[in-house]
Amino acid sequence: MGKTIKFIAKRLLFSVFVLVGLSILIFVIARVMPGNPARMALGARAPEWAVERLREEMHLNEPFYVQYYYWANGALHGNFGMSLITRRSVANDIKEFFPASLELALYAGIFMGIIGIILGTISGWYANTWVDNLVRIISYMGIITPSFVFAIFFVLIFSYVLEILPTIGRLTPGVVPPPSITGIITFDALIAGRFNVFFDALKHLLLPAISLAMGPLSQEARITRASLVDNVQKDYIASERSCGIPERTIMFKYLLKPSLIPTITIYGLDFASILGNAFLVELIFSWPGLSRYGMNAMLQKDLNAITAVVLVLGLVFIIANIVVDLTVGYLDPRIGLGVERGDE
Amino acid sequence: MSKPLLEIKNLHVWFKVFGGILKVLDGVNFTVRSGEKVGLVGEAGCGKTTTMKAIMRLLSMPPAIIPKGEILFKGKDILRMNQAELQQIRKEKISMIFQDPTAALNPVFTIGTQIQDAVRFSERSGRKMKKDEIKARAIQVLKEVSLPDQERVLQNYPIQLSGGMRQRVCISMALVSASELIIGDEPGTSLDVTIKDQILKLLKELAKKHDTSIILISHALGTVKNMTDKVYVMYAGAMVELAKTKELFAHPLHPYSQGLLAAIPRLTGGGIGEGIDGHIPEYINPPKGCRFHPRCKQAMPICKDKKPPFFKVSENHEVACFLFQNFGGDCIDK
Amino acid sequence: MQKKSPTQERLSRRWENIRRNWYKFSRNSLSIIGLVVICIILFFAIFAPFVSPYPESAGKFINFYEASQPPNFTHLCGTDAFGRDILTRIFFGCRYSLMMGVTVLLLIVPVGVVLGLIAGYHRGKWLDIVIMRITDIFIAVPPLILALAVCSVLTPSIFHAMLAISIAWWPWYTRLLYGIVSSLKDEFFVHSAEVTGAGKMHILFREILLNCISPILTKMSLDMGWIILIGASLSFVGLGAQPPTPDLGSMVADGSKYLPDQWWISVFPAFAIMLIVLSFNLFGDGIRDTLGVERG
Repeated sequence: MGKTIKFIAKRLLFSVFVLVGLSILIFVIARVMPGNPARMALGARAPEWAVERLREEMHLNEPFYVQYYYWANGALHGNFGMSLITRRSVANDIKEFFPASLELALYAGIFMGIIGIILGTISGWYANTWVDNLVRIISYMGIITPSFVFAIFFVLIFSYVLEILPTIGRLTPGVVPPPSITGIITFDALIAGRFNVFFDALKHLLLPAISLAMGPLSQEARITRASLVDNVQKDYIASERSCGIPERTIMFKYLLKPSLIPTITIYGLDFASILGNAFLVELIFSWPGLSRYGMNAMLQKDLNAITAVVLVLGLVFIIANIVVDLTVGYLDPRIGLGVERGDE
Repeated sequence: MSKPLLEIKNLHVWFKVFGGILKVLDGVNFTVRSGEKVGLVGEAGCGKTTTMKAIMRLLSMPPAIIPKGEILFKGKDILRMNQAELQQIRKEKISMIFQDPTAALNPVFTIGTQIQDAVRFSERSGRKMKKDEIKARAIQVLKEVSLPDQERVLQNYPIQLSGGMRQRVCISMALVSASELIIGDEPGTSLDVTIKDQILKLLKELAKKHDTSIILISHALGTVKNMTDKVYVMYAGAMVELAKTKELFAHPLHPYSQGLLAAIPRLTGGGIGEGIDGHIPEYINPPKGCRFHPRCKQAMPICKDKKPPFFKVSENHEVACFLFQNFGGDCIDK
Repeated sequence: MQKKSPTQERLSRRWENIRRNWYKFSRNSLSIIGLVVICIILFFAIFAPFVSPYPESAGKFINFYEASQPPNFTHLCGTDAFGRDILTRIFFGCRYSLMMGVTVLLLIVPVGVVLGLIAGYHRGKWLDIVIMRITDIFIAVPPLILALAVCSVLTPSIFHAMLAISIAWWPWYTRLLYGIVSSLKDEFFVHSAEVTGAGKMHILFREILLNCISPILTKMSLDMGWIILIGASLSFVGLGAQPPTPDLGSMVADGSKYLPDQWWISVFPAFAIMLIVLSFNLFGDGIRDTLGVERG
């Protein structure tokens, strides 16, 4: 247990360093841009003196490190500046939009993990039969299809052909959202006992989450299958069989656990895919999340918002990776125990 | 002569691969009696491990095919048993120790989990054992293989043990599920020579104690010499010679066996022995007749056409070579 | 028979190697399909101006008489709202996509590989720490997000999109090389080279790098598909090639306004994207199986 805590502490400390570095990187890139952010904020018709005033306020005329100092100082106090689009503090915008993205990413991530592993396992157990071949073809289709294509496809089908699932927003207009505790509607609805809201929210989550999950899910299925097929030939499986351990126990326990290790290892990358593609999918489904907010910020060059969104998503990704690494360490003692080998 | 415990009759094993069919085992005959210690020697790739895996039906059936042959255990053909009977054999009667103990232990489960599962599923009477019974038996069997600090070993993962300890654990698992026959596939080969020695001595003791037969596979003749009662020499998928151990080492008859024994460097001088010219045949297109004939300095025309059966040169000695086709009783000292 | 000179020996050995690898590769029919499709796409992309039915459609072109036609014999993939032939625009779109993939790889592979070599070889020393920490910063965010961010602060254009993807993607090569090199550097052949006084450059590039070629090649083949996909995602939101330049991603985006009636405007470019990704995936898998790279 102590080792785990030390590991988490080290990683969190390290992520602080990474986030600082990331902020500098984004800052540099953003400031490199030609053009006049103040002018863009005020519009083409604003008078010159107003633009100049805003430039003073935004410290745009001062050297780079001074600008960074002002920004970092603000950031440490939770102030990420003002958004040029919403004209509110970016921090508030983040508070408002982040839970929606988090909810979407969570459901997509869970769906991706569970279905991916199940499909891959079935494919592996029945390797080289028609079941396996079918799953492999479907996975391939999943891998090569971009998330936005899935999204458009779903919108097409469910908006025009089968109108059984909603394709816009988080809740049907008219449905009152539950009191906001976590900001995650499904959780809040369950906590408040409002089951109709829960189901409504779930319906709205379904299509965007599946669009995001399809690609990574197929990757997971593929790796799981390959891993199972590899491991079934290993000596330890033959050894366990020769000791009389029944086939069922071998399939469900002794073969599955080592085979899941590569799957969990790439889970981090697959989750990255979900976070990244959210930018497009949230746009298509009009999902009021942080990624859509960030996408709009990027299209309109709202520097403060862009910086803040990238940092927040970076933090989410870092935490996801820590969880993944912990899980792999738990599953695989060769990694979890570090260098405690018997004969090195 | 007591009835044989295990009898392999004319076993053929083929592997379907991309380029065709590998005809690896070409009519293997092999017998083990109760309480016997049998050695099996041959160079890498001759089919020793395939034969042993076939006994326990551990070969992946695609790509492996068994077109002909029988493997009789106490008279019943293992190849035709149903899953339940096969399970019974695996969990009670026969077990196998693999060559590389690191690969033979599941790396993500503790030793305790693996041994206790082996114990639990090999319970003879079929009743459910209680948890402490299982643990006690696991500790007992670890003691038998001379592993100290058994409680800690049970909690460890394979990665935390040394190679020698892992090998002992594998042996202990074999002990749990084998009352009649243990197959050792080059035990100790991947270990230090001194540890290998200990492992082999351990095996010998245990076999004696539990009255278990042993099949010992090795490519090292020295190992086999000290451990076995009789030895089979195998080449390219078939047995070529069978003799009582002392007899084989004193008077190897098959040209291949002679070559093997000549290749051993001797402490008493004489330098490093010569190897045998040539290499093992391709199984995709094996030579017709005797598979050794392309490398054999004493090959005769008949060797190219017909596969030699076993000729009984003496009570303790049989050879599959046409050089001895006229023998039927006297053993001629070569 | 005349003895070959050492250089000739080496060359003939390399040729043998290539022939053997080709044999191995060609056994897998899926990889061959991938290669064939890539060649077809390459052909149409390179010769787009000559083989496309209506080359004017790739530029500023309006023909309202032919606008919004569904697929028919004159326009195999139909026409868009401006009357431009979709098939032609797909050919040109492939051209830009492939160009993007190649350019990005040309940029990031040398940089990433060299950095990874240096970091891995000097494992534990400050050079390693500096390089790998910088790498960690770049991969702290999912690559698509970083590419979007970089692209958004620059004026949208295909070159800036390539730059953005390069910035987001280079660290993966450094990581790959770092992993391989740090395990290789303790191998005997490196030690013996060091002991016999070989220079660092020689060790890095001749001894170590040669052993890394297989994983690098595999990754490059697979990455082509993914880089093109990211490029399509960028242009889908308008951050890549600008109109009227045909680009597969922006074609899907433009066409989405007309769904579901004029489905062909989005669907065919989407299929083109998927086909490109599929073929590079199949090809890359084949390379991986041929060169025998360890999984995962």
